[in-house]
Amino acid sequence: MPTVAKGDAMRGLAVFISDIRNCKSKEAEQKRINKELANIRSKFKGDKTLDGYSKKKYVCKLLFIFLLGHDIDFGHMEAVNLLSSNKYTEKQIGYLFISVLVNTESELIRLIIQAIKNDLFTRNPVHICLALQCIANIGSKEMAEALAPEIPKLIVSGETLDAVKQSACLCLLRLFRTSPETVPSGEWTQRVGHLLNDQHLGVVTSATSLIHTLAQKTPEDFRQCVQLAISRLSRIVTSSYTDLQDYTYYFVPAPWLSVKLLRLLQVYPPPEDPAMRGRLNECLETILNKAQEPPKSKKVQHSNAKNAVLFEAINLIIHHDTEPTLLVRACNQLGQFLQHRETNLRYLALESMCLLASSEFSHEAVKKHMDTVITALKTERDVSVRQRAVDLLYGMCDKSNAEEIVAEMLSYLETADYSIREEMVLKVAILAEKYPVDYTWYVDTILNLIRIAGDYVSDEVWYRVIQIVINRDDVQGYAAKVVFEALQAPACHENMVKVGGYILGEFGNLIAGDQRSSPMVQFQLLHSKYHLCSAPTRGLLLSTYIKFINLFPEIKGQLQDVLRNNNNLQNADAELQQRAIEYLQLSTVASQDVLATVLEEMPPFPERESSILAKLKKKKPNVSDIEVKEGKKSSNPPTLNNSAANTPEATPASAPVPVMAAAPAPAPVQSASDDLLGLSAGPAAAVPVTNNFAAPAAPAGGGGLLVDVFDTPPAQNNVSTALAPQAEDNFFNMAGETAPSGDASATELDGRFAIKNNGVLFENELLQIGVKAEYKGNLGRLGLFYGNKTSYPFQFFTPTVSCPGELASALNVQTKPLDVNTVEGGAQVQQIINVECIADFLDAPILSIKFSYSGSMQQINLMLPVMLNKFFEPVEMDATTFFNRWKQLNSPGQEEQKIFKATYPINQDNSRTKLLGFGFGLLDGVDPNPDNFVGAGIIKAQSSQVGCLLRLEPNMQAQMYRLTLRTSSNSVTTRLADLLLKLF
Amino acid sequence: MMKFMLLFSRQGKVRLQQWYSATQEKEKKKIMRELITIILARKPKMCSFLEWKEYKIVYKRYASLYFCCAIEKGDNELLTLEIIHRYVELLDKYFGSVCELDIIFNFEKAYFILDELLVGGEIQETSKKNCLKAIAAQDLLQEEADATRNVLEEMGLP
Repeated sequence: MPTVAKGDAMRGLAVFISDIRNCKSKEAEQKRINKELANIRSKFKGDKTLDGYSKKKYVCKLLFIFLLGHDIDFGHMEAVNLLSSNKYTEKQIGYLFISVLVNTESELIRLIIQAIKNDLFTRNPVHICLALQCIANIGSKEMAEALAPEIPKLIVSGETLDAVKQSACLCLLRLFRTSPETVPSGEWTQRVGHLLNDQHLGVVTSATSLIHTLAQKTPEDFRQCVQLAISRLSRIVTSSYTDLQDYTYYFVPAPWLSVKLLRLLQVYPPPEDPAMRGRLNECLETILNKAQEPPKSKKVQHSNAKNAVLFEAINLIIHHDTEPTLLVRACNQLGQFLQHRETNLRYLALESMCLLASSEFSHEAVKKHMDTVITALKTERDVSVRQRAVDLLYGMCDKSNAEEIVAEMLSYLETADYSIREEMVLKVAILAEKYPVDYTWYVDTILNLIRIAGDYVSDEVWYRVIQIVINRDDVQGYAAKVVFEALQAPACHENMVKVGGYILGEFGNLIAGDQRSSPMVQFQLLHSKYHLCSAPTRGLLLSTYIKFINLFPEIKGQLQDVLRNNNNLQNADAELQQRAIEYLQLSTVASQDVLATVLEEMPPFPERESSILAKLKKKKPNVSDIEVKEGKKSSNPPTLNNSAANTPEATPASAPVPVMAAAPAPAPVQSASDDLLGLSAGPAAAVPVTNNFAAPAAPAGGGGLLVDVFDTPPAQNNVSTALAPQAEDNFFNMAGETAPSGDASATELDGRFAIKNNGVLFENELLQIGVKAEYKGNLGRLGLFYGNKTSYPFQFFTPTVSCPGELASALNVQTKPLDVNTVEGGAQVQQIINVECIADFLDAPILSIKFSYSGSMQQINLMLPVMLNKFFEPVEMDATTFFNRWKQLNSPGQEEQKIFKATYPINQDNSRTKLLGFGFGLLDGVDPNPDNFVGAGIIKAQSSQVGCLLRLEPNMQAQMYRLTLRTSSNSVTTRLADLLLKLF
Repeated sequence: MMKFMLLFSRQGKVRLQQWYSATQEKEKKKIMRELITIILARKPKMCSFLEWKEYKIVYKRYASLYFCCAIEKGDNELLTLEIIHRYVELLDKYFGSVCELDIIFNFEKAYFILDELLVGGEIQETSKKNCLKAIAAQDLLQEEADATRNVLEEMGLP
């Protein structure tokens, strides 16, 4: 046992620890621990007069056992008791146990808060510090609510000791992070700002952390700090290392404070006042100069601290992005680091340079280091460093060097670590598309990509190459030729077969003149791969074959043989079977003219943002920052396009977003098929978009319905056609799961929110919207919670609610405006909306949200989950009353009956929950058949109250329902029936 | 801000853990398990930083102990390394060339020292002298308390 350092430590504890360390096996250790736990338990239980010292000792033992990795489920009460001990050491152990072991939901939290309060109000500074540190380390919401108002006083009071001020600043900071609303700004905010001038550097450091976070939320409140921070920074960087005494760290004056000040300045734009700006630039230059000076010490601590300040200064220079000289100097400095022997510095230099690459002032300077970065990619031994090199190459790529960078990345890809391959594939694909040397080069690159890393090529990538080939006439023949060649490789990746199948199906005729690639050869080549492919690829090949029947009538016979093959006609895979049957039928029934119309060449795709880019952004949110930044400068910013394409909610027609309107078919929820959606994915690809035929959106996982037999509004350009009548049942079956995609999201919304009041209404990579609602009678109150998922603020955040058309007179909606118009990164704001139901209604109100994120405007439109049944209250009645009322409601229009297929499996309990959630009172025993449901309720609109009676009869065998509704109002009957239908 | 700090041995045994953001016990265990495996597998010359989930991990090995911190995206990696170093210096000063055993047997002290350096995941006091002064003051309070106890014990009181 080592000598115990200072003070009299607990002997029993030391003995116990020694015992544990002497245990020879895991079992022996467990036994010793169990024995100790039993001992402690009995001590805590039995001995009521256990003194503070023993309590402290046992609590400490529990802590040790916890650190060994065991769960501790008692002793919390004893620890809480220790908090109120007047002995410092007991109190301290109590606090330690609480900080380490008590989770925020503990039921003891009130007791703890009370004990903390007592300590906070003593005059004893060491107790106050303990309490503050404990609050800061736990930082729960309850603590914030109970204690946050007390902390600012401590910070600004003249009587508070420096050490207490330091703890208090960080304590308040933690509580502010947990729940900012408990820390309202006030008179103290100004005074906190002035702490930047404090004499005690420890206080300044803590205060700067606090101010930095507060200023991110409300920059205006702390604008005066910019000047204070600059002058403080200036004093530090010009001081000699002896000036700051113990705040100098290995010859670097106050590195922590310097870094914090530099981060605080990154909250603000460059100062407008020329004097201030000059002073700041001097500071930054001094920091850059110091990097060139010979080191004052060989210790790594010296260089780390110095470079920490340097990197933060470079971050500020990049943030300002206004001083070309500084940017270029920063770049040169980082260039030196790229070849430094310290791995850490090389890593950070690569990372930081990636940011510089996106500035127009330093982009060219960064490009000079391309060769070094390529070497790093080849020689670095640490994959995390190589990853940074890939990022930087991606960042510095432009038209001038794309060919070389893409070639290097492709060659690295052959040996790249599995962990980064997929991302690299995306990056290569994006660069190839963004900076194409020419389109043949582009096609070659993507095919190489598939050849080298086929497994990592996601659907988006091969969709995209097809999209581009289709849109560019000049490359189609070339593409057909190279895929044909690529397919001749003995082992070729399935993704190659997909691309090959698609491109030959569209443009195979362009190379058919050559005997070496005659129609028959093309067909045989493709078909030689057929049996090795998965079902979706086979489906795609079948579509290619029907296109071949049109393109090459001379080999129709052989193609029909394949379709007619029992393997296909009776394939267990319904999709393949269906395609084989339908295509065969089409090729037999349709005349050559009809066939040519149906299978006409694909029309060009509308220009949209690359789906690959969207995918990369999703994978690596920080990449999007770079892209957006670039976007600001290029003439073709990826503005709304991106957000709209990824917005899972369809935009209601009444509030059209321009981009959505431009899209040919409403985008489905899943990402995979966004872009080529329905146009290339699935068999729909066989059907060109003409006046008569529309390519339906075939959602990726939807079992691929060939064409939509539902009457969807022509406005959606989704006119349906049934190619094969016998398939009709089949379609009907799918009706439930794949509703026409145009209002898919609205349907989903109804389904979920008709029977519940709380949940996540919307989520994409930027924003999450939660809803919490309460209804009483004809009134409702919705709390919407907008959560910023990114680390950057949303500016000009304005949600508005509108009631289009007749809804305006049926529903009275009052929206409380937000009291802020900026949603900080990671923050959440709440908005209350009051609704009053005046009369019955069908459509939901529309919530449209606009905000600016990283400089680009975003717009999201959603339906608010306010449906008629929210104003529905259950009614109880006996059988006689029910039947009497039922009979009274027999005028035409008062009854609505629907017989429909079950969308979800029929389940008694689920149906019950749904009906109750919908608002009906269920009347058991009224219907003689126990499987049937009978219910009653009242719609409470302001203008009228409408009684409703319901009968729902499930038919298990047929998987059907019969729904009968009777109400006193015709419109209510239809509207409720519509809502109910979607639930079952 | 720092999200958590872990001290673990070369055998992967956790010696100290301090969490600065509310995390479920189960989740903590999972994080520790995963991180310890990743870090122990890394070679000595490798970079001290790695991206892991939404965090940046900064770690450094001192003798048989690994010190590992998780920080947020905007935080300064190099300075986090120096926070670790300052902590090691404080432990070293306090225990007199510290070793893993000191931290095992006096884990509560190791926590108290850490609490002087870091509060709620932010650095509180960067001056070594001031930190050591605060810790010495704590020990003084403890000795006073112990002294009273000994007197009472001598008098035959519990």
